[in-house]
Amino acid sequence: MKRVYMDHASATPVRKPVVEAMLPYFDQHFGNPSAVYDMGSKIKQVMEEQRAKVARLIGAKAEQIIFTSSGAEANNLAIKGVSLAGQKKGNHIIVSAIEHHSVLNSARFFERMNFEVTFLPVDEYGLVDPERLLGAIRPETILVSVMHANNEIGTIEPIPELAVICKEKGVIFHTDAVATVGNIPVDVNELNVDLLSLSGVSLGAPKGVGALYFRDKLRLMPLIHGGIQESGRRGGTENVPAIVGLGKASELAAGELTDKMNYMQNLRNLLVAGIQERIDQIKYTGHPEKRLPGHASFCIGAIEGEALLFMLNQQGIYVNTGSACASKALKTSPVLVAIGIPADLAQGSIVFTIHNSNTVEEIEYVLEKLPFAVGKLRSLSPIWREKAAA
Amino acid sequence: MKFVKNQPSDDTLDLVCRMCPLHLLEPGEKIKCLKKGQVLEVLTDYDGALEDIPAWCEKCGQEFIGMEEDEDCYKLYIRKTN
Repeated sequence: MKRVYMDHASATPVRKPVVEAMLPYFDQHFGNPSAVYDMGSKIKQVMEEQRAKVARLIGAKAEQIIFTSSGAEANNLAIKGVSLAGQKKGNHIIVSAIEHHSVLNSARFFERMNFEVTFLPVDEYGLVDPERLLGAIRPETILVSVMHANNEIGTIEPIPELAVICKEKGVIFHTDAVATVGNIPVDVNELNVDLLSLSGVSLGAPKGVGALYFRDKLRLMPLIHGGIQESGRRGGTENVPAIVGLGKASELAAGELTDKMNYMQNLRNLLVAGIQERIDQIKYTGHPEKRLPGHASFCIGAIEGEALLFMLNQQGIYVNTGSACASKALKTSPVLVAIGIPADLAQGSIVFTIHNSNTVEEIEYVLEKLPFAVGKLRSLSPIWREKAAA
Repeated sequence: MKFVKNQPSDDTLDLVCRMCPLHLLEPGEKIKCLKKGQVLEVLTDYDGALEDIPAWCEKCGQEFIGMEEDEDCYKLYIRKTN
């Protein structure tokens, strides 16, 4: 059966040159990078080269990169590390209402520790209003976290505008760039951020590796206390093969971004136009222009997203319904709630995340199969039958 | 322990939130970048540094000038002597 994978926000295939770069570090060059003999020091040197490659991709310096086990860990380290280090200065954190669970739940964890958290609302497109952020900052605010782009609706936030407000107010600003690094240009200096999280998942690197950028002189309490690894900011022997993979993927990503963006955007536009033409009672979620190039998200009326996902799965089409955590818990996506989608329509959420490995033929295949699946599910839906009868 | 107040310094190393053995490794690296006679200020919230840094200075032949307690950390001053 044909296989069309369009869930690249969840995982991307590890690229061949990345696998090849990683392989020697499993068995041949397996030394511990903290060891002082050359089998260790040479690995340490390789690891520092990867740090420089990751840094280069986002316009940072190598010493500003901490390797982590994932984007989620990077987000945890940013929120918890800054909050713990800065708790004598203040106990107020601001996060947007549509953040990833690793940010939202880290903030909620601090609510239990006598911190106050403001969950900043967003507009119908998922955009954070800079004026609203300004109004939410208090003298005791120590941290603001707003994601660079949302993984469920694709909207790109006005990070430089938000960051400049925080700079003026002396508040540390973090952005979760897991959805953007490798998909659109990301430069920490242009974004003007103090901390930025990224993950290997969206870069064609293996799962289980991520990184946190932090600006110079920023105090960060480690989450994992240990030895000298990551300059004392994250204990534990480093996952060298995965770090080599992240470095190689960063190096490859830097040189191909413009072409990749144009290609993904063309495919996405084809998909969106085709779906809107073929299916009625459908809402394109997220911002129409300020969005990730390969991202298309919809809420389809009188449909249960999970059921649609399984029907498409039977046709070899792999997409998502939005946040994996929310859908598995049978909860309405907090992102869709935050942008004001009614609960019944939010049930019909479907998210396509296109990659430059997808093709026009694959888009045509989806456009052939999707309307049929929607029609079939709607024919079984009492809501749809009632509407049709009215 | 020697105490100082408003000690001028030529460079600062902020080690707040970082623990053993970074409080010894990083000053060792940083002091290499200073000229003889210059003073390094080390900021730390690690109690162990109060014993370890003066002892490390003695061992490495650097001068431990003294420490000052700040609101959220200790400030330790080292003069590069070799």
